[in-house]
Amino acid sequence: MTPRRVVLAGPADVAGWRAAARRLLADGVPAEAVVWSSGGAEDLFCDAADGDAEAPSPPAPSFSVPRAFVELADAGLLHSDPGRFDLFYRLLVRVVADRSALGDAADPDLVRARALAKAVRRDKHKMTAFVRFREVGTEAGPRFVAWFEPDHHIVEATAPFFVRRFAAMRWSILTPGRSAHWDGQDLLFADGARRADAPDGDALEAVWRTYYASIFNPARLKVSAMRAEMPKKYWRNLPEAPLISPLIAGAARRTADMVAAEPPAPKKGQRLMSKPKPERLIDETAIDALRDEVDGCRNCPLWADATQAVFGEGPGDAEVVVVGEQPGDKEDIAGRPFVGPAGALFDRAAGEAGLDRSRVYVTNAVKHFKFEPRGKFRLHKTPAPSEIAACRPWLERELAVIRPKLVVAMGATAARAVVGKPVKIGDTRGRILESAEGPDVLVTVHPSFLLRLPDEARRREEFERFVGDLRLVAPFVKAA
Amino acid sequence: MDIAAKLAILADAAKYDASCASSGTSKRHSAPVRGGPARGLGSTEGAGICHSYAPDGRCISLLKVLLTNACAFDCLYCVNRASSNVPRARFSVQEVVDLTLDFYRRNYIEGLFLSSGVIRSPDYTMEHVVRVAKSLRLDHGFKGYIHLKTIPDASPELISEAGLYADRLSINVELPDEASLRRLAPEKDGRSVRRAMAGLRGRIEEAKVERRAPRFAPAGQSTQMIVGADAADDRAILKTSSTLYAGYQLRRVYYSAFSPIPDSSAALPLKPAPLMREHRLYQADWLMRFYGFSVDEITEGGGMLDLAMDPKLAWALRNRHFFPLDVQRASREELMRVPGLGRTTVDRILSSRRFRAVRSADLARIRVSLGKVAPFLRLADHRPSIALLESERLVERLVPRPRQLALAL
Repeated sequence: MTPRRVVLAGPADVAGWRAAARRLLADGVPAEAVVWSSGGAEDLFCDAADGDAEAPSPPAPSFSVPRAFVELADAGLLHSDPGRFDLFYRLLVRVVADRSALGDAADPDLVRARALAKAVRRDKHKMTAFVRFREVGTEAGPRFVAWFEPDHHIVEATAPFFVRRFAAMRWSILTPGRSAHWDGQDLLFADGARRADAPDGDALEAVWRTYYASIFNPARLKVSAMRAEMPKKYWRNLPEAPLISPLIAGAARRTADMVAAEPPAPKKGQRLMSKPKPERLIDETAIDALRDEVDGCRNCPLWADATQAVFGEGPGDAEVVVVGEQPGDKEDIAGRPFVGPAGALFDRAAGEAGLDRSRVYVTNAVKHFKFEPRGKFRLHKTPAPSEIAACRPWLERELAVIRPKLVVAMGATAARAVVGKPVKIGDTRGRILESAEGPDVLVTVHPSFLLRLPDEARRREEFERFVGDLRLVAPFVKAA
Repeated sequence: MDIAAKLAILADAAKYDASCASSGTSKRHSAPVRGGPARGLGSTEGAGICHSYAPDGRCISLLKVLLTNACAFDCLYCVNRASSNVPRARFSVQEVVDLTLDFYRRNYIEGLFLSSGVIRSPDYTMEHVVRVAKSLRLDHGFKGYIHLKTIPDASPELISEAGLYADRLSINVELPDEASLRRLAPEKDGRSVRRAMAGLRGRIEEAKVERRAPRFAPAGQSTQMIVGADAADDRAILKTSSTLYAGYQLRRVYYSAFSPIPDSSAALPLKPAPLMREHRLYQADWLMRFYGFSVDEITEGGGMLDLAMDPKLAWALRNRHFFPLDVQRASREELMRVPGLGRTTVDRILSSRRFRAVRSADLARIRVSLGKVAPFLRLADHRPSIALLESERLVERLVPRPRQLALAL
């Protein structure tokens, strides 16, 4: 079988390769029967007089190939490896025959294709990083020109990045293979250029070098890390690169000097800032004094991981105080009680029970959020008896200031804190426990218990029971 | 003082902040749309770009400067503390704006990272920092990346404005626990730092969820801890990190090995913390966030991470009963625990094992170091030696010689 010969329009002619590949595929040409040439300088055996070069032909039927292959080929075909056209056609034939061919990460063709694509992507990325424009004054205003030497045929593919970023400037990027020019409206490509075509300096480079030298920390030399990301081949076009050797050479001495230097006598503290005592936003009432004090509480270890102590909220002369367990994630962030999902459920239940929410003071048995960090989230943890006990004085002082007629304890933690000993919710809920010396007590469930019920019917039933409990509260408020 | 002289002082003063990220913000560009004129200057494309690297191995992505290095605080670890004798300088708002644009137009940087010493009052300082970002965005249509350091006690209005113009906001916790902060940074209040981070998280979430909420720091928030200036061990540092990641949705916690600073205080350690310690903390941080390890698993061998080997290998050597794993049958979570396998290589193993019995040549092709994984992984053509897995020789085989380590330090 005579080999089919394909001559592309240039080394970066991905569209031409696609069109030819479609045609070859339609004709059922196997990979080993195609000779690819790019028409570029790399193609030593290109012979324009060769008669059996592929003539332009009508569009071939298109084939559906996985998106992953298109992305791989679009990148890999820009590699400088002369075998790339052949490799990707061979892979294409296989992918069209069996779409799952791309799934085998250890397949030798695929490994090679991935390596080419990766090298091209890296080269493109380095171009976006290491192109350095130099400003040139022209009659039409400033123009920015850069000289860059990529490893692969990436100028056309990378130029749009510079359009998106520097659309308001007129710029040119010159490379040995291709050049890109932007005039503010249109992007034009031309042949390669020589280094001498680009300007040889820019006054601002001295300022940039000052920055480079000053941002470097001589106490932490990691030359290999630098060279891994900024290989030497790029240095000759980076204005800051001439500083690298002297900075490395001087680093050890500068660090030794810093370590050896006698600690100097401290400068007399200048008064750069007056530190007034923070103004109080609220009146110094008993409850606000408590609020300030509780934030400094160190009676148990829970303060260390929490953002802040979350104190109670509501009228200072409320007839009813509702006590929950502890602040949750939302309450800890906001610094206010009952603003999370359980708080919202309580509000809803209170509304149905005819309870005037604005007349109720709400607080928690434990004032700091106890949790377990789990990735990006904090999982609620039930406070230990010792933590409830450590926090109880705060609740007692809150109640002593407010002197409510009724305390509603929601859930086991609150009940324990209010009653002072372990309480079984099931046995005590739903009736007013009268007390001779203190406020009466009503025990009920915590709204988060309702949120955790998986069964919809059960949840509705329990919500009704919860509302029923709260109906007992309304008379205490109305009595006022 | 000319611009270069100020830059030398104010970049030098900013270099102890390790953050260099310019990624993960909203995508923007300034290219003309439908034949119109260019709209401003700059773009962000998801991934950040490191435009240069200094010989300290750090990426130079942003113009990282202080507005001024004069500071009312006297944090002992900081080169800019009030009692230090370093020369002081102050940029005007216009100077920072011009420098940012001049560097950006030449493709030196992705944008600006602006911080400041605290002068006069938190609000006065924050207001000037915000004015730079506001001028870049509104006067110049700048679409590049902006990272602003937030002054913890600044007013909520200024913080809102900062979030409107900045891609990222950050507040440094500096030290892992409150006792160290009291000793080394007496004017800093750990509580108000936490509260400020909580405030940022609240606004970032609101901006994401509510369509009508104003833009707020689309690249999120980050923070930094200094390692080795106090006595906190690695476990304490990692516990703090995991708490911060969980609580405030931080994009990153940066670890900065304490290094000698010019004009340093007598209360500080004289020797720099080993850079390897910082490196191990980053590895551990990565294991927590992407590999399903908990702080307790990482630090079960002691409060300090082993400098001689990476934390994943150290865990494997402490948990040899977990191995060997069968490459053909092990779950993703299990494979992620094999020293020498990363996220990408695990993905490739999972895909290719559906097609073939995975052999050592296959692993070599997908760029797995056979020497590292061989003791832990059963392959179609390799059966790990149980004797080796149980013996002390395994450590010698897998841990690089001390001489190489000294170089790495």
